[in-house]
Amino acid sequence: MAILMFLAPASVALALVGLGAFWWTLRSGQYDDPLGDASRILVDDERP
Amino acid sequence: MAMTSQASERPDFSAFLRPAEGGGRSIELLVKGARCAACLSKIEREVRALPAVDSARLNLTTGKLSVGFEPGAGDPALVLERLDSLGYPATLYDPGKASAARDAEGRRLTLALGVAAFGAGNAMMFSVPIWAGLFGQELGPATRTMMMWLSAVIGAPCAVYAGMPFFESAWRSLRSGRANMDVPISIGVILTLVISFVETVLRGRDAYFDAAVSLLFLLLIGRWLDHRLRANARSAAADLLAMQAPAATVIGEDSAERRTPLADVAPGDLLIVRPGERIPVDGVIEAGVSELDKSLLTGETAPVRITPGQACQAGAMNLGGVLHLRATARSEDSAVAAIARLVEAGTQSRSKYVRLADKAASLYVPIVHTAAALTFAGGWALGLGPREALLRAVAVLIITCPCALGLAVPAVQVTASARLFRRGVLVKSGAALERLAEVDHVVFDKTGVLTEGRPQLIDPVPAAIAMAAPLAKASAHPLSKALAAHAGPTLLADNVVETAGQGIEGFIGGRRARLGRAAFVGVQGAPSSETELWFGIEGDTKIRFAFADQLRSDATAAVAALKARGLTVEILSGDLPAAVGRAADAAGVAEWRGALTPADKARIVAERTAEGHKVLMVGDGLNDAAALAGAHAAMAPGTALDASQNAADLVFSGDQLGAVVEALDVARSARGRALENFSFAALYNMVAAPAAMIGLVNPFVAALAMSGSSLVVTLNALRTGARRR
Repeated sequence: MAILMFLAPASVALALVGLGAFWWTLRSGQYDDPLGDASRILVDDERP
Repeated sequence: MAMTSQASERPDFSAFLRPAEGGGRSIELLVKGARCAACLSKIEREVRALPAVDSARLNLTTGKLSVGFEPGAGDPALVLERLDSLGYPATLYDPGKASAARDAEGRRLTLALGVAAFGAGNAMMFSVPIWAGLFGQELGPATRTMMMWLSAVIGAPCAVYAGMPFFESAWRSLRSGRANMDVPISIGVILTLVISFVETVLRGRDAYFDAAVSLLFLLLIGRWLDHRLRANARSAAADLLAMQAPAATVIGEDSAERRTPLADVAPGDLLIVRPGERIPVDGVIEAGVSELDKSLLTGETAPVRITPGQACQAGAMNLGGVLHLRATARSEDSAVAAIARLVEAGTQSRSKYVRLADKAASLYVPIVHTAAALTFAGGWALGLGPREALLRAVAVLIITCPCALGLAVPAVQVTASARLFRRGVLVKSGAALERLAEVDHVVFDKTGVLTEGRPQLIDPVPAAIAMAAPLAKASAHPLSKALAAHAGPTLLADNVVETAGQGIEGFIGGRRARLGRAAFVGVQGAPSSETELWFGIEGDTKIRFAFADQLRSDATAAVAALKARGLTVEILSGDLPAAVGRAADAAGVAEWRGALTPADKARIVAERTAEGHKVLMVGDGLNDAAALAGAHAAMAPGTALDASQNAADLVFSGDQLGAVVEALDVARSARGRALENFSFAALYNMVAAPAAMIGLVNPFVAALAMSGSSLVVTLNALRTGARRR
């Protein structure tokens, strides 16, 4: 059962990483323009 | 588009610039028609290539383009011109509106939803072993307590954070002396968390951390959907308004033209109003002769001639020549404002409307809380012990979760609004749909609602039209346009000269021809009317064209459809009684009144309400705004003035009146679905509550029952508005 002492915190930590990532995507405005972001990937970068 | 400057001198738009980071300035534009990756890259590349432009970024979802200018430079007019030449007409966005668009509440709800999802998933992970233990699998008390603690460490903070929107709303409503739906939710969640902690500390058996967080997760979905519905409608409505008249053209001391936000126009300013633009504020004509279309103001179809020295009201459309106007009132003091006050009074009475979910909550709360209290008292009295009795009471609170109340109605309304939006009807709020479903009496405005709102040629004679067409095509006057619409391809007349308010002159095949008022064409003694055109060609007879405002193509069908649904229909118009009577006969409406003032309309709507009717008002003019606000539900076409669109609950685009019938059908269907969901919730609670009282509910059953009932309710919501054949 000692393995639980390791596995339980590990699983929570992993989930926290996911929550942190979600928080970051929200903060950086990645849900503000879903249509535009989907289209931008098709546009070639300009070469100066 | 009013924004494109035809003048050689470009107007000055600097009043719309906002200071940006890094010393430069930025501007927000609403771009129409950009839909694809190619448009996006083309617009951004072309705008960035303009002088002094620092950055350009287009939000494809909202259609807003933010342009950043280098410090001390930049001309928005250049950007507008370039966008126009690319084929994407753009409008300036008022700085005030742009900052209001930041959706802080939406982000907070999304984050709360994310936290609740995390909490529910992870608390559940530790609950599964506990549930397994409930069914006799081997799980020692020590391991179970550890699992409960882990579940508490994850679930409790998440529940507190995700519950904040509910706790705050409950606190606000309690302080104002009322109890809304969030009060029982907050009590339930807080009580559940406390009891679960006590159970965990006492090494008990029942902990509901996962149930508390998943309850919040499901409720937050409902809350989030409701917010999205309102935010989408708000921004769509703001876009519609931005396309109308956000700015006036002021002529400064140096005789330079400057585009100015409406709110900044002061009395005494000299304004210029070009053909096709609306009069921005009340004023007196300084120079220029033209005709004004007042149909949105008063309901009159016939254009009104206007000359220097005459006063004119904000909202009228300039049809003919360029007008110079001396402002006599601020935008908010213009004639519009008196109507705005009537609108406010109407809106206040409407805000007293109690929404379906709140009605259900006012039934649900006392019953469930009494049941929980009885469970505790009864359990204790029957010898269960206070701890077990309290646990059962909490189980009652949890299992009779208000999911159906919190999730069912928003889910139904979002589905219904999405369906209507695809058919060109914009729903401003969920409550609007609920009110629309209850309507039993429909009041139509005539001009622009039952009718097209623009003159059409009656009794067209092809030979006569062909003769006049070369001149008619050269003019932008609505009567000429209506005439030209009947003509085939033809050459234009030569040397065309248009005299504002009189008519147009030109040479057809070398002969001088005139099209316009009777006197202008040289007809003497004929009874003159505003809705006729005379055409004369040198040495030939004069021809008369008569025009009338025609019914929308499906007006009669829409009225019949409304009657078939058991509604009574009435027409209230500001136009002359004879014209109203003709339209009423054609549309098949027996009850009508003409020559009404805005206050008359509002009063008649109030009378109908007092008689016990639930009135739906459909109107577009400023003279309808007060009646729209006072009615139980209100719809306006997309061509309506902003005051009317603000007062309306639903805005429909396109020229089909069938949108009104369809909106009514969808609203009624949505109401049906919502009531079905409530019945289902009631049925579920009638089974679940007694089960919890006699102690059959454990945390596993609670989790299963809760998500199951939410799922059923949501799936039922998706059926909303689907055609039943």
